[in-house]
Amino acid sequence: MKREIPLFLTAVIGAIVLAGFFVPHQFISVPADYFQRCAVIVVAFGYALGGANLVRVNLEGIARRHPDWPYKVVLLVGMLVTLVFGLFVDRAKFQDPGTVSIWIYDNIYVPMNSTMFALLAFFIASAAFRAFRVRTAEAALLAVSALIVMIGRVPLGDAIMAGVFDHPGLPDWVRHLRLEPLQQWIMDWPQNAAKRAILIGAAMGVMATGLRVILGIERSYLGGSD
Amino acid sequence: MTISGDFGVWIAALLTLCVFSFLYKDNPLYKFAEHLFVGVSAGYYIALNYWTVVDQYLVVPLRATFDGSLPGGPFDARMQDYRAWLIIPAVLGVLLFTRLFTRLSWMSRWSLAVVMGVYAGLKTTGFAQGDLVAQVQASLIPLWIPGNLWASLNAILFTIGLVTSLLFFFYSREHKGVLGGVSRVGVWFLMISFGAGYGYTVMSRVSLLIGRFQFLLVDWLHVR
Amino acid sequence: MRFLELDRIDRRWIFLVVGLLVLIPLLWPIGLPIVPTTPVRQYHDAIAAIPDGSTVLMSCDYDPASTPELGPMAETSLRQLWDKRCKIVVTVLWNGGAAVVDQTIEHVADEYRARGVPLKDGVDYVNLGYKSGNEAVMVLMGQGIASAFPRDQHGRVTTQLPIMRNVTDYSSFPLLVNISAGYPGTKEWVQQVNSRFHLPMVSGTTAVSTPEFFPYLQSGQLRGLLGGMAGAAEYEVLRKERGAATSGMDAQSMAHLFIALCIVLGNVVHRTRRKEGASS
Repeated sequence: MKREIPLFLTAVIGAIVLAGFFVPHQFISVPADYFQRCAVIVVAFGYALGGANLVRVNLEGIARRHPDWPYKVVLLVGMLVTLVFGLFVDRAKFQDPGTVSIWIYDNIYVPMNSTMFALLAFFIASAAFRAFRVRTAEAALLAVSALIVMIGRVPLGDAIMAGVFDHPGLPDWVRHLRLEPLQQWIMDWPQNAAKRAILIGAAMGVMATGLRVILGIERSYLGGSD
Repeated sequence: MTISGDFGVWIAALLTLCVFSFLYKDNPLYKFAEHLFVGVSAGYYIALNYWTVVDQYLVVPLRATFDGSLPGGPFDARMQDYRAWLIIPAVLGVLLFTRLFTRLSWMSRWSLAVVMGVYAGLKTTGFAQGDLVAQVQASLIPLWIPGNLWASLNAILFTIGLVTSLLFFFYSREHKGVLGGVSRVGVWFLMISFGAGYGYTVMSRVSLLIGRFQFLLVDWLHVR
Repeated sequence: MRFLELDRIDRRWIFLVVGLLVLIPLLWPIGLPIVPTTPVRQYHDAIAAIPDGSTVLMSCDYDPASTPELGPMAETSLRQLWDKRCKIVVTVLWNGGAAVVDQTIEHVADEYRARGVPLKDGVDYVNLGYKSGNEAVMVLMGQGIASAFPRDQHGRVTTQLPIMRNVTDYSSFPLLVNISAGYPGTKEWVQQVNSRFHLPMVSGTTAVSTPEFFPYLQSGQLRGLLGGMAGAAEYEVLRKERGAATSGMDAQSMAHLFIALCIVLGNVVHRTRRKEGASS
């Protein structure tokens, strides 16, 4: 009962949505559309579930006086204020200019969302120096390809090479050895071949997994043992 | 240089600097910004999903169903107009919250089952048609292009790269002998591909930093 | 030997150099020449090829974190479309992005209004806002754009907007312009919409995801591709604009050069240290 009904639901709904791709008749397309809409709604509820879990975990931390508990208060206050203004004060217009919600979005959410990811530029440079080690022929291929693409894809690389390869006395084919055309060649041919192999391999993997889920062979998403 | 007088821009700039302070070392300013970010994000996403999905897909249509403003009965559903049938996703949405209670958490599987069924169906057909069929079809290219040696060499190289890389992912037999040699060639192509990916990743990460510096210089400090 | 001690350098020195190399060209630009590449030209030409005055679907699937790369692409695409008097229906499938996309649209629309072109929200363009659900939303849109987005970003009933009078489903559009930061984005639009509903599409993507989409470009599933800030800058050059991407490319160049040097130097130091270790 606890596992059979979900497995049955997944099988039936999966089969209907799958069939919806091939059968345009409304006998299939209406239920397929309905179930897709149901999924969108459930996913939206999932965000609220995530929020509820966040509140629970952080309240527990505060109650137990976890070393970081004052920050957990900051988290909950930030969440509560944003939520109250979004749901009850600004309501459906909460993303319109002039609302408190959009002020929070523009001046708190946007800068921190952007800066968190901007930090990675520093760490990728540090990792390039300290961890990018060429120990095998394969690693050397990776490094050479990375260097050509990295330098060839930006104007400076091409500007440096132009001075060398654009000499009027050199034959035309030498121009192809400039970094910009070379990086474009790598992207168009060897890199493209490998990426396509990954794409085809992954497609077969996802199709197999999808069918396993629909047929009830793959059950790990149900979790638990009962 | 005239620094911005906008209070909001100052808050944004100071929070940006709080996050950057992590580069020196982990510190209370960074932790404050980090926790504030998580809290504000969670609140924003919940409000967003309520007004854009729950309200529009559920509350408004259900209200219209039961206040008698629609012709036909509450179960007189048709394409895109599901009326009282929308109670089912509403119940499934509420059942998700049973995950917060250990004894009842099994009930959330019904909601997950609907989501899994829909996405399994969509992904299976999407990957089959968009990736497998279309990509295999696009790979069937002529290897010899008369009068164009360079294009022919590229086409041959591409085909060798594709076949050898695919064979590298063939794990049903041990990679020894001919298969071992061929898959080694595939690894070379994969390495070139990963290197190119690294180069592009560097570009992405640096771009984000440029964006933040442009904000600090232009919007806050009004330097340029 | 002091050179070998570079191996133990405090990483904060590297951070400082990266910061300065990005900051200095932003303050004092070098103005390195930017030459458009083929995928960028294809992107530009695909938009140029649609009939003037068409209604185009533009899905801006990104959030503030990717705005330095994707915001300039979105701006230039809007300008190219509005120069062709196209009407634009915008959707957003990333949860943090709807408001930042709305600001981008209004920013470009204000430029046109300042020049005397009376672009009207709801008539010449509409931002239908955000929906969660990823692929499911894309397929729902195939049954009806307005039913998938009953209200727009500002809460107006979609079916009552003049721009939506001639919009039913994907068959109403000659082209999909996708600006994508990851999942959901270009891959899903190709799989669920280009393949299923045969809507031609072009895509602007973050650099980190760009290599993944070259197979789609070669197969013709994508008609054009902008990759990262470099792609955005080349598109600006092609359109004879000087936007945020163009002004960021000098800094981008310097940082790339430094990271390349880091890889080379790191390996030289490592190898020298190993050789010295083996000989002593």
